[in-house]
Amino acid sequence: MSLEVNDGELVGLVGHNGAGKSTTLWTITGVLRPSSGDITLDGRSIVGLPPDAILRRGIALVPENRRIFGRLTVGENLKIGTSARRDRRTAEADIKKMCERFEALGQFFDRRGSTLSGGEQQQLAIARAVLARPKLLLLDEPTLGLAPLIVGRVFEILQELKEEGVTILLVEQNAARTIEVADRTYVMRSGGRIEFHGTAEELTRIGDFEAAYIGMTIEDEA
Amino acid sequence: MIIGSASVVIQIALDSIAYGSLFALMALGLALLFGVMGLMNFAYGELIMAGGFTMFYTRSWGWVAMLVMTIVVVTVLSLLMELIAFRPVRRAAPVVLLITSFAVSYFLEALGWMTVGTGPQKGVEPYPWLDHQFDISGVRLSRLTIVIWVVTLVLVVGMTLLLKRTALGIQLRASTEDFRMAQLVGVRANWVISAAFGITGLLASAVAVLYVLRIGPAIAPDIGQGPLIIAFVGAVIGGLGSLAGAALGGFVLGAMINALQATLPASGDLVLNNHTLVFAYLAVIAILVFQPDGLVSLRAGGLARLWKRWRPKRAVAERASA
Repeated sequence: MSLEVNDGELVGLVGHNGAGKSTTLWTITGVLRPSSGDITLDGRSIVGLPPDAILRRGIALVPENRRIFGRLTVGENLKIGTSARRDRRTAEADIKKMCERFEALGQFFDRRGSTLSGGEQQQLAIARAVLARPKLLLLDEPTLGLAPLIVGRVFEILQELKEEGVTILLVEQNAARTIEVADRTYVMRSGGRIEFHGTAEELTRIGDFEAAYIGMTIEDEA
Repeated sequence: MIIGSASVVIQIALDSIAYGSLFALMALGLALLFGVMGLMNFAYGELIMAGGFTMFYTRSWGWVAMLVMTIVVVTVLSLLMELIAFRPVRRAAPVVLLITSFAVSYFLEALGWMTVGTGPQKGVEPYPWLDHQFDISGVRLSRLTIVIWVVTLVLVVGMTLLLKRTALGIQLRASTEDFRMAQLVGVRANWVISAAFGITGLLASAVAVLYVLRIGPAIAPDIGQGPLIIAFVGAVIGGLGSLAGAALGGFVLGAMINALQATLPASGDLVLNNHTLVFAYLAVIAILVFQPDGLVSLRAGGLARLWKRWRPKRAVAERASA
């Protein structure tokens, strides 16, 4: 497969279950090693680096199911998001800003992460990753298991982050919402092959894509 | 008579608290490594051995130098264990880590028998200052018992502050909960694991000093094996998923063994005093039958489950209506 994300873009990656979307993200973040090929960030290969070194290079992940630290407080979850940063003062200021942006995080700052609702946990997971000031933010199914209202809020947050200049690679099942917010979207089929690739306009013109992914999403949502 | 009985009970309780404290510290070290890298380090007992022999060889240097040397040797040995034996297999399956820890344990113990374990019995003579006993209404309290309480308290408070208030502590706790995710948010794996081994070594050096001073002048290369098993089982009954739970489990089991040793008949028709561990482990089985995840397994929600089972029905109804 070949996939490229340009500076400042929001790129979507959609496909059926088991297509290899999450595997792609785990490989980019260094948890899995590619069997062949190369992964580059700003022209430099990151293959073989451990996950913490890849984060320091500028790639942060919001994993599937949030994986916030449930036994740590919200504040500690946010603080650990700044582990890779050296600028402690600005990191503290950024945590404060994050709490203003996501009110629930400020309100429940001293509560354990496990006590938050699914939507609040997702906000925490996104805030934690953004606090690392990544060049590229990867999100793995951030709307999975969330109520429709909260899903809308997550997509709004992604839009806001994009407007702030954060480069995003978004893995989603919800193809219809993804092509709406993404500049370009890759469509992955089983085995990790890219089946289609293009802007929302280009993709909706492809009948097969419409039938296989958009139809599926509407049915699923119904 | 009542005063006499009460003083005996208090005496046993105070001694048991001191003895249990040693195992709380050991279990804390074991749980820290288990949490951070899924390693049940059976070579922990050899850290106690290294501490004991360092005390023996530096006993003539004065107690301050002896303490410093013991802390340095045990901590460095713990760090070397990680660097040489465990780092290369860090990503391997848990069973590989377990086998590695057995290999390190047997290697160090055999090395001990080959080198420092030969010749006449070695040991550290009790310090008269520590052996001095206060008599308070029939309850005898040695300075060593007080020292064990104080050292344990200082180390537990220190560990709590480290874990709660420092960046390293937050990283350690996060790594204990989800090591992979901790790496993905930028926690350096090498650093946090080395720190865990360093802390474990520091705790082991304290245990070694206090344990050797308590058991008296008899140090052998297998000195750490007995305490290791007690601390390991204690950590399991407390709940390996929680540092506080493991420490509590170590404390409870250690204190229980000491109390049984003091109370089971040592003479007469039925001599049970030599079989203390039978009763202690029977209690362990009973605990695990009723609370298989440990007394305080936060990962498995042990406390929460207990609370749900026993909380007043009214509170449940109120919550449901809210």
